[in-house]
Amino acid sequence: MTDAAASDLARAPASAWSRLLQRKMAVFGMVLVVIVVGAAVLAPWIAPYDPFEQHFDGLTIEGAPMPPNDVFPLGTDLLGRDLLSRILYGARTSLIIGVIANGIALIIGTLIGITAGYFRGWVGAVLMRFTDLMMAFPALLLAICLAAIFQPSLWIVAMVIALVNWVQTARVIYTETTSLAERDFIAAERTIGAGTGRILFRHILPHLVPLIIVWGTLGISTTVLLEATLSYLGVGVQPPTPSWGNIIFENQTYFQSAPWLVFFPSAAIVGLALAFNLVGDALRDVLDPTLRGSD
Amino acid sequence: MANHLLRRIFQSALILLGVSFITFFLLFVLPADPVRQIAGRSATPQTVANIREQLGLDQPFVVQYGRYLIGLFQGDLGRSYLQKTDVSTLIAARLPASLLLMGAGIICELVIGLAMGLVAALWRGRVIDKTLMMTSFVTVSAPQFVVSLLLLYFFAVKLGWFPIGGYGTFSHLVLPALTLGILGSGWYARMMRSSMIEVMRADYVRTARAKGLSRARVVLRHAVPNAILPIIAMIGIDIGIFMGGIVVVEGVFGWPGIGQLAWQAIQRVDIPIIMGVTLVSACAIILGNLLADFITPFIDPRIRIR
Repeated sequence: MTDAAASDLARAPASAWSRLLQRKMAVFGMVLVVIVVGAAVLAPWIAPYDPFEQHFDGLTIEGAPMPPNDVFPLGTDLLGRDLLSRILYGARTSLIIGVIANGIALIIGTLIGITAGYFRGWVGAVLMRFTDLMMAFPALLLAICLAAIFQPSLWIVAMVIALVNWVQTARVIYTETTSLAERDFIAAERTIGAGTGRILFRHILPHLVPLIIVWGTLGISTTVLLEATLSYLGVGVQPPTPSWGNIIFENQTYFQSAPWLVFFPSAAIVGLALAFNLVGDALRDVLDPTLRGSD
Repeated sequence: MANHLLRRIFQSALILLGVSFITFFLLFVLPADPVRQIAGRSATPQTVANIREQLGLDQPFVVQYGRYLIGLFQGDLGRSYLQKTDVSTLIAARLPASLLLMGAGIICELVIGLAMGLVAALWRGRVIDKTLMMTSFVTVSAPQFVVSLLLLYFFAVKLGWFPIGGYGTFSHLVLPALTLGILGSGWYARMMRSSMIEVMRADYVRTARAKGLSRARVVLRHAVPNAILPIIAMIGIDIGIFMGGIVVVEGVFGWPGIGQLAWQAIQRVDIPIIMGVTLVSACAIILGNLLADFITPFIDPRIRIR
């Protein structure tokens, strides 16, 4: 990533945008993102039923979940609730956590990376050793442990995910900041007496925007996967609040006889993570000139 | 080289120390009380206080952590609160199963990933290339439990080819190892593809072709070995990724490794076990990274260590 990348985005977002649109995989990813965001926003209007309502006719005579049928398009779950409605509302949970947890992680990572990269010396050394330390942490184990010990709520889950997920961003931002800090234009700023805050936020940060966009996008899919895993283990978002992970967790006893209760939420999880991975990867190619033409 | 090695080992020891401190600290400040778990709900306050004193949990943080560290330097990971056994014994009993699963998982992901990358590179730009690259994106976007459950449903429940879970025979190993293999294959496929594309452009490949060797021979004897080399170092990093996710796969398949040990310990707030498994995992991650660092210069002498 160089200067040119930043100015690509700052001066000519239209060109980056049009190059993004030339990539079929990226367009496919964006379509998926729009579908999921649409489902989340419009859930109250498009969901056929209330996601919490236990339908009297939602279970078979034996009391088992119903397979997909005319009344319940994706079938019902173990309590006779409409699966489609729960999945649509579950999109809200995933996106809320995706945006909040990833946002916090991105802010922590950027602040640590930019500070360590600009100040070097002992401040930088301490911060980067701490980052190395976090890299050696078994992240999922830590997240499970934290989430299990707290009474899990949406916000706790988001915080836990943010705490284990900022490390990659910090490393990338650090590397980029160290090389930026040695450029002539930063030295020039320092010579004319610009304050540290001004240099960091007016001159260095704007050059980091493309990196932040790329890692922010890829980070959403990491976050969504982590939330789904925690919820699947029962230590994430708690039922009855629908989340794609906890739908599978709740219904696991019916896994063999009612596999649709695993298939549909799984497809939703993979779809959302795939969408952000595709878009993020394409953004990286488009925004990073060192990679351009390598594919 | 030796100097660098020593410095890295010293750094790694410091990192391990840091991991132990943070984990211990988190478990100390968190609102979970192991004594309640041990004593049970009907215990009198006196019993609770006694247990707390016996375990040294009434001491301030510095004393507790100090004791733990002294034990750690003597190779003692403490005793499990609930199982009344040394943590090192518990971990030693579970570790072989986890290592077996990890080894099998790595073989699976290498075979699947390298094959996908090779095919994609040779038929670059064709439908097969695009399909494989899309597949690689899907595999890196799937959580472990989803892949585990799908494999379980189709190959164990529907087809009945493999047992639904458990441990002991080769057929128990197939599905969990395949889960790890599928999940890890995406990265290897993409690396192998770009590595192959680069190697196929190299002068020695052109020379080999010019000598009149067949395309198949050039690919298999000259290009593939060189394309694989830079990827081998990745295996080290993979050990770390694997250690992070071990809880889920072992949980779904009822695989009796350290992941399950950790999961049970987390639910019962058995702090010594949680500490022990975290440290063992961190060790594995650090060793994996060290391995990746030190293998690289042997594979490619152009990459010199500072």
